[in-house]
Amino acid sequence: MNGPPGADRHTLDLAIIGAGPAGLAAAVTASELGLATAVFDEQFHPGGQIYRAIEDAPERAGAWLTLFGEDYARGLELVRRFRASTANYHTGHSVFDISPGGGLGVLGPDGARWIEARRVIIATGAMERPVAVPDWTLPGVMGAGAAQTLLKGAAMVPEGRTVIAGSGPLIYLVARQLRAAGGNIVAVIDTTPRSNYRRAAPLLARAMLAGNKEIRKGLSWRRDLKKATPIFRTGASGVRIEGRDAVEAISFSVAGRTERVECDLVLLHEGVVPNTQLAMAAGADHHYDLVQACWRPKTDAYGRSSDPAILIAGDGAGIGGAELASEAGHLAALGVAADLSQISQEDAAERAAPAFSKLAGKAALRRFLDTLYQPRDEVLVPPDDETLICRCEEVTAGELRRVAEMGCSGPNQAKAFTRCGMGPCQGRMCGLAAAAVLARASGRSFAEVGHMRVRPPIKPITVGELAALDGVGQPPDMGPLLPTGQEDGAGE
Amino acid sequence: MSTADVVVIGGGIHGCSAALNLARRGLKVIVLEKDYVGRHASTANAGGVRTLLRHTAEVPLALEARKFWHDIERHLGSDCGYHTVGQIAVAETEQAFEDLAVRDTRMRGLGYDHEELIDADTLKALVPAIARTVHGGLIVRGDGAASPFHATQAFRHAAEAQGVVIRENARVDALEQTANGWLVDHDGMRVHVSTIVNTAGAWGDRIAAMAGETIPLSWFLPMMMVTARVPEFLEPVIVNTARPLSFKQMPNGTLLIGGGRPAVGDLERMTYHIDFAGLKATAQTVRDLFPHLRDIPIMRAWAGFEGRFADDIPVIGPSAGARNLFHAFGFCGHGFQLAPIVGKLIAELVVDGTASLPTDAFAVDRFPTEIDENLSDRIAAHG
Amino acid sequence: MFKRLYERRRPVAFEFEGEEVISDEGDTLAAALLAHGVRQTREAPVSKNPRAAYCLIGVCFECLVEIDGRPNRQACMTQVRPGMKVRRQRAADGTEGGGAQ
Repeated sequence: MNGPPGADRHTLDLAIIGAGPAGLAAAVTASELGLATAVFDEQFHPGGQIYRAIEDAPERAGAWLTLFGEDYARGLELVRRFRASTANYHTGHSVFDISPGGGLGVLGPDGARWIEARRVIIATGAMERPVAVPDWTLPGVMGAGAAQTLLKGAAMVPEGRTVIAGSGPLIYLVARQLRAAGGNIVAVIDTTPRSNYRRAAPLLARAMLAGNKEIRKGLSWRRDLKKATPIFRTGASGVRIEGRDAVEAISFSVAGRTERVECDLVLLHEGVVPNTQLAMAAGADHHYDLVQACWRPKTDAYGRSSDPAILIAGDGAGIGGAELASEAGHLAALGVAADLSQISQEDAAERAAPAFSKLAGKAALRRFLDTLYQPRDEVLVPPDDETLICRCEEVTAGELRRVAEMGCSGPNQAKAFTRCGMGPCQGRMCGLAAAAVLARASGRSFAEVGHMRVRPPIKPITVGELAALDGVGQPPDMGPLLPTGQEDGAGE
Repeated sequence: MSTADVVVIGGGIHGCSAALNLARRGLKVIVLEKDYVGRHASTANAGGVRTLLRHTAEVPLALEARKFWHDIERHLGSDCGYHTVGQIAVAETEQAFEDLAVRDTRMRGLGYDHEELIDADTLKALVPAIARTVHGGLIVRGDGAASPFHATQAFRHAAEAQGVVIRENARVDALEQTANGWLVDHDGMRVHVSTIVNTAGAWGDRIAAMAGETIPLSWFLPMMMVTARVPEFLEPVIVNTARPLSFKQMPNGTLLIGGGRPAVGDLERMTYHIDFAGLKATAQTVRDLFPHLRDIPIMRAWAGFEGRFADDIPVIGPSAGARNLFHAFGFCGHGFQLAPIVGKLIAELVVDGTASLPTDAFAVDRFPTEIDENLSDRIAAHG
Repeated sequence: MFKRLYERRRPVAFEFEGEEVISDEGDTLAAALLAHGVRQTREAPVSKNPRAAYCLIGVCFECLVEIDGRPNRQACMTQVRPGMKVRRQRAADGTEGGGAQ
């Protein structure tokens, strides 16, 4: 399964980044079509987020698979096909750069190397939209997805009083899973505004045709939770965290009345957004999706980006969930196979037809969910000046509004004005909110203001690791740096 | 149509400095910047404030500029993050030290004593963290480092306080010479001025071309890296003489690493990509000089478009082809420190017709032209 | 803060701030610290306020810790190893030896 380290360098048709549903499906299809394929995964086991620790599932009690639903079980099948494929699987390998045309900088347990692949599929999935509220940086505040990651990956459940606050299908799912696993959910605070229900209602009928089961499931989870949770609120807003060295309580408003709930753990969630770091660093064109309120790479039906050598599949191209991600991975591999003349374009189209059909079939459900859970304004543009937007460098919303008044025109300029985006997370946590705050303060749209430019290394690499980078040649000669008796000077 | 005395094309640090100095001489100035002030080379550089190892033509300018930097808060109302920490060129090899000694002798012969040769022991005492294998260096204790962003902003604010109008997202489309000045077209607007100052950096030749002048500018993308914060261990700026490197520790503890190794890019589309072969070589230099930094992560690498000429010095002075047009661009990656003085010299050239420091070496017509070469060949062929 | 649903399969012992922690093979360091009840894993670089993991998938970079003298390691992306010496990440103002951002 894992070829020798040097083998990939010269013979790689396809490099896939990420081993979630999109990456796994792409690898399976690519392998079936005879493409020399390598998968680079920063995790140590396949599955990405949604199928995390899936290979441990059979070892644990049968109740484990039930807890996570039949989606999860489907993942097991996909992972088995992946393990049986000819794709080389490199675990613990993070990609720190993609250059235009398909070069990859990869950092693994035994160092860094540069790899040339004829095609690259970015399948790095999504991240939770950061929920910037006052004091969200206190220990004991996490994303709801983080709790799910701990549950699936480490089989751990929170002790203590847990509150889940936010909007989106995940809050009911995680609340339900944590309760079933023995967690103490003292409050579920749904921030979905009433107006969203009104706007989504006309889309419900078509959505039911596309995803009857999913919608009914969601409704029944909500009903169960409402009965079982001591504090169950809807239409909430103005979420604030309270505490000194760690979270002690959460407060929020419903219909003008403020309520406070004491707790030991707060799980925030306001939807997921594509993780665009690699695609942006590679220079692929992106556009701002007004409905999903996030940046997405511009891709064709197979996932080809504006760079012919780079494709993007799964939630990283646009939020669609695990099942659609698998289809997208499959399509991307078909696109690569056709581009590399392994199969004809007509053959690819024929093989792609069922996937296109499935994607189209789910579109109405997607539209309904996107509308119902469209993030409200205070999530996109945190209103309180004291709220930290950039966690890494500790820059507040107020500070960003101040520099907007001074003429700071967007998130890239803000890096110089405030250090926002200059920290270790490289704008992953602050990028969207910083741009939104600046846009609002200068009276422009989020699309106009643009997104933070992403520069490599996308994942940390040390001086020593970079100094030992394998697989690159000599850089161009710089010529003499010192005056050599002629009239010249040194570098900068 | 608006009128002014001068349009300055290019709102980087040189453009803002020129505008400030012209305004102080009583002129009405408009700066036209195609992106935003300081977008390119002005804020992509290492912020080195260096007289050390300058081309001899630049030395008088750099020494004069240094006086400004030492007093920058009085001149601009902001300290620009400037600190006189000294700059040291380090010799990793015996040959490199010999080359520095030769340089030192030559500079003293020319009457300059700002550079001082130091032996290995002195260097190691000044920079305790440096590898014990170094052979010595060349130091200028009065050099330092500043924040490119804050310095550029300071020039901008000072210029605006003097009445300079700065238009951003203003891209010049055409220049038309008139009897007593110029018509400058940008974004559907027209400005009528007596004089144009071209500080358009890597795009300086395009502006010159609009005025009918051919200037052989090229461009490159020197790369920079910044690390995570490190406990304080280094005061002076380090430049390397055998391998390209500029290296400094910022007040917040991060390390800023340059050297000028180029990224690969496209000036037209303003895109580039980092070349990891070059970054690797720079990382090796850092690791060899400062072994304790091996495990420090690099947070980000970037590059900026810099204009450059074949002889490694800029163009400063009047156009060779058109009246009332002055150039100050193509600083080859080492223009930052010179900004205070070049702006002053440009104002002197515009208002007085002469500069208070020698600028002949920077003449725009110093390059052999293609036509000249062909012509002399043809003459030779005819015997 | 978090409790395990299953017995440890193959216990792995390591140190956090000089204290012994028993984790399970395959745990991420972040998970192991949460199971051990650790609330704060680093200091914010400017304010030195207490911080801990937020996303657990390698995106937020809050879970930075120092492992065997090497700072800036993401605990959520690191697997536990026997004998690891882990410390909180300190703000790099030079007052704490070894802690760097």
